[in-house]
Amino acid sequence: MKKTVLFGALTVAGLAAAGAQAATLDDVQARGKLNCGVTTGVPGFGEPDANGVWQGFDVAVCRAVAAAVLGDPMAVEFVPTTGKTRFTALAAGEIDMLARNTTWTFSRDVDLKFEFVGVNYYDGQGFMVPKALGVNSAKELDGATVCIQTGTTTELNLADFFRSNNISYEPVPIETGSEAVQLFTAGSCDVYTTDASALAAQRANFANPGDYVVLPEIVSKEPLGPLVRHGDNEWGDIVRWTLNALITAEELGVTSDNIDELASAPGSNPEVNRLLGTEGTLGEMLGLSADFAKNAISAGGNYGEIFANNIGESTNIGLARGLNAQWTEGGLIYSPPFR
Amino acid sequence: MSTTTDPDTRPDGFRLGMLINDTRYRSYTFQFIALVLLILGLGYLISNLLDNLARAGLNISWAFLGEPAGYDINQRPIEYTSQSTHARASMVGAINTLIVAFLACISATVIGVVAGVLRLSNNWIVSKLMSVYVEAFRNVPVLIWILIIFLAMSNALPQPRTFRGDDATSSMLFDAIAVTNRGVYIPSFVNGAGSLIFWIVVIASIVGVFWYRKYAKKVLYATGRMLPTFLPSLGILIVPGLLAYFILGRPVTLEYPELSGFNFKGGIHLRLSLIALWFALAIYTGAFIAENVRAGIQAVSKGQTEAAGALGLRPGRIMNLVILPQALRVIIPPLISQYLNITKNSSLAIAVGYMDITGTLGGITLNQTGRAIEAILLLMLFYLVVSLSISAIMNVYNNRMKLQER
Ligand SMILES: N[C@@H](CCC(=O)N[C@@H](CS)C(=O)NCC(=O)O)C(=O)O
Repeated sequence: MKKTVLFGALTVAGLAAAGAQAATLDDVQARGKLNCGVTTGVPGFGEPDANGVWQGFDVAVCRAVAAAVLGDPMAVEFVPTTGKTRFTALAAGEIDMLARNTTWTFSRDVDLKFEFVGVNYYDGQGFMVPKALGVNSAKELDGATVCIQTGTTTELNLADFFRSNNISYEPVPIETGSEAVQLFTAGSCDVYTTDASALAAQRANFANPGDYVVLPEIVSKEPLGPLVRHGDNEWGDIVRWTLNALITAEELGVTSDNIDELASAPGSNPEVNRLLGTEGTLGEMLGLSADFAKNAISAGGNYGEIFANNIGESTNIGLARGLNAQWTEGGLIYSPPFR
Repeated sequence: MSTTTDPDTRPDGFRLGMLINDTRYRSYTFQFIALVLLILGLGYLISNLLDNLARAGLNISWAFLGEPAGYDINQRPIEYTSQSTHARASMVGAINTLIVAFLACISATVIGVVAGVLRLSNNWIVSKLMSVYVEAFRNVPVLIWILIIFLAMSNALPQPRTFRGDDATSSMLFDAIAVTNRGVYIPSFVNGAGSLIFWIVVIASIVGVFWYRKYAKKVLYATGRMLPTFLPSLGILIVPGLLAYFILGRPVTLEYPELSGFNFKGGIHLRLSLIALWFALAIYTGAFIAENVRAGIQAVSKGQTEAAGALGLRPGRIMNLVILPQALRVIIPPLISQYLNITKNSSLAIAVGYMDITGTLGGITLNQTGRAIEAILLLMLFYLVVSLSISAIMNVYNNRMKLQER
C-alpha cells in the first residue's frame, strides 16, 4: 500500500506536467500545414511525381482536408509511412491523419484506438502471378513462395486463406511495396499478394505488365479509408465531412468546372447550397469557414473526378468504378446528407 | 588488517549526528539519499508515463502475448503455425536471432583471424588485398552490405523453375545442392533406427581428438617427445564413426532436395534472407576483427618472434605457439564487443525479411496488436539478456587467457 501512496503523490505531479490534450484543428491551424501520412509510393494512390509533388487518389484526400481547413490544398506535409510504421506515426501524433490504403478493421478501430472516418475505396485482396507459371486459380498455389508486406491485413488474410484451403506456402515478408515488386519481378517469389487496387496500380508500372496475371479470387474485404486518432471527435468530423463533401459533390453534379458558378450565389438545389455554404451554417458547426467544402472540392475535383484522374479507366492503371460507383449507379459509395 | 580499524565501538554507541559527522557513516548516508532521489525520479517518470498512457486510453497489458498471432513465419526452428500465440511467435523470432548471430559470430571470427594474420604477411599482394578488404567493408554501413548481397543474389541466381524439364537451364551441384534465388537447398540427415548410437560415437570421437591432443602435449612437456598429431587425430575422428555407420546398418541417410511444384522440397532450406544477413554480418564484422587481430599481433614485441626463430621454430609454429597466445590477451576484449555488435546488428534482419525477434515481436506483433511499449520493453529485455550472457561467457574465457602470474 505504501507504493500506492507514493505513486498517488507522484500521479498528481504527473497530471500537472502532462497538460491537456490539444485540439488537432488548433494545432494544424497554428502550424499552417496538415501533416498527412501516405504510402512510400504506390502509383495512382500516392506517389511524388517528377517534380516531387505528391499525387494520387489517397493524396487527394489530404489535399482536400488541407483546403477545407487552411484554404490551401498545397499546405500539406506528406509523411511517407510503411505498413508497419503508419499506426505508430498516427498514434504518436506525428501525423494528423492517415490516408494510405488502410483497411478498416474491428481491431484497428477498437483496439488500436483509431477512428476511420469513411471509405474511399472498396477493395479486396488479390493474387498476381507470372503468366509463365500457368496458374489459373489461387487454390493451385500449394507450395508457392508468396511476397507480402508486413504489418498489413494482407498478411493475416493470406495465413487464413491457405489454412482454410489446406495448402502450404512460404511467406517472404517485405517492408515496402516497391521492394516487394522488385523481388516479385526478379522471380524471388511466385506470387505477390495485396489489395487488388494496388496490384493493378503496381503492375501498370512493370516493364512488361502483360507477363503477369491477376488471379480471379478476391479473398477478403478491404474497405480502405482515411483515419484519425481516437479522442478528438471534432477533428474526426472535419476529415469525415470533407470526404463526404467530395462524394456528395459527385452525386449532386458539382464538379471543378461548375463549382465557382454554383458557389457564387444560392441556386435552386438546397442541398448544393448547404454543401457549398451559400445557405445554412454547416461550415461554422465544424469550426471552419462556410466555404470549406467548396475549397475541398476545388482542390482536386469531386470524388468521381479524383477517381478518374488518378486511377480511372483513362489512366494507365485503368481501374473500373465497380463497387466504387455512386450508390445511384449501383455502387457502394454513399454519403450521409448535408443537412 | 581489519582488526585494527574498530577500536571505538562504545557501549552508548550510535547518535544520529554521526550519520553526517562520522566518516564511517557519511558515505552511506549520501549514497542512501542518492538512492532515494533516484527511486523518486524514476518513479515520477514511470508514473507520468503510465498516467499519460492511461489518459490516451492505452494501458500496459501483456494479454496480447497469449492471443493467436494470425501470421505465418517462414523459418520455423520450433513448431509454429498462424494459430500459435504471439508469445510463441516471439520465441521463434528469438531463436532465429540467436541462429544468425551464432553463425555470424563464428564466421566473422574465422574471417577476421585469417584476414588479420594475412594483412601482416610479407607477401605484398596478399597484405594489400587484405587491406582493401578491411577498408572496403569497415567503411560501408552493414545495412548496405546486407541489401547489396540480398539484391545481388536474388537477381543473379536462377529461379527454381529453371531447374525443371528437359530444357532446364540450371542444374544442381553434385545432384545434392540447389542454389536458387530463394536460397540454397542442401541435403539433410534422416535418422533411422540406431542413429542415436551413431551420433554418440561421432560426438565421442570429437571429444577423443581433443583428449588425444591434450595427451600429446603432456607427453611433450614431460618427455620432450613429440607425438604425431595430424594422422592420429584424423583417424580418431573418422574410423569409429565409419565403423559404427556400417555395423549399425547405415542408420543415418541423406534426404536430397527435390524440385516439386513451385519450389524445392526436402533437405534443408537456407533462405536467401538468412544467407544475406549471415554473410553480410560476417564479412562486415570480420573486417573489424581483422583489425583487432592485427593490433593484437603487433602488440607482441618483435623480440618474441626473433627469439622463437632463434630457437629454430618454423614461421607457422611461431605464429601458433608464441605470437597468437600472447596476442589473444589483446584481441579478446574488443572481440567481445564485436560479438555484441553482431547480435545487435542482426536486428536489421527485416530489411531482407528475415524473421528475427525484431521482425516478429517488434514488427508484426507490435503492428497487429498496437502494443508498442510492451513489445519494445520485451525486445530491450531480450537483447540485454543476450548481450550480458555473451559478455559473461567471453569474460570467463578472457580470464582464462589472461597472463597467469605464478
Ligand atoms: N489494405 C491493407 C494493405 C495496405 C498496404 O500496405 N498496401 C501496400 C500495397 S502495395 C502499400 O500500400 N504499400 C506501399 C508502401 O509500402 O508504402 C492494410 O491496410 O493492411
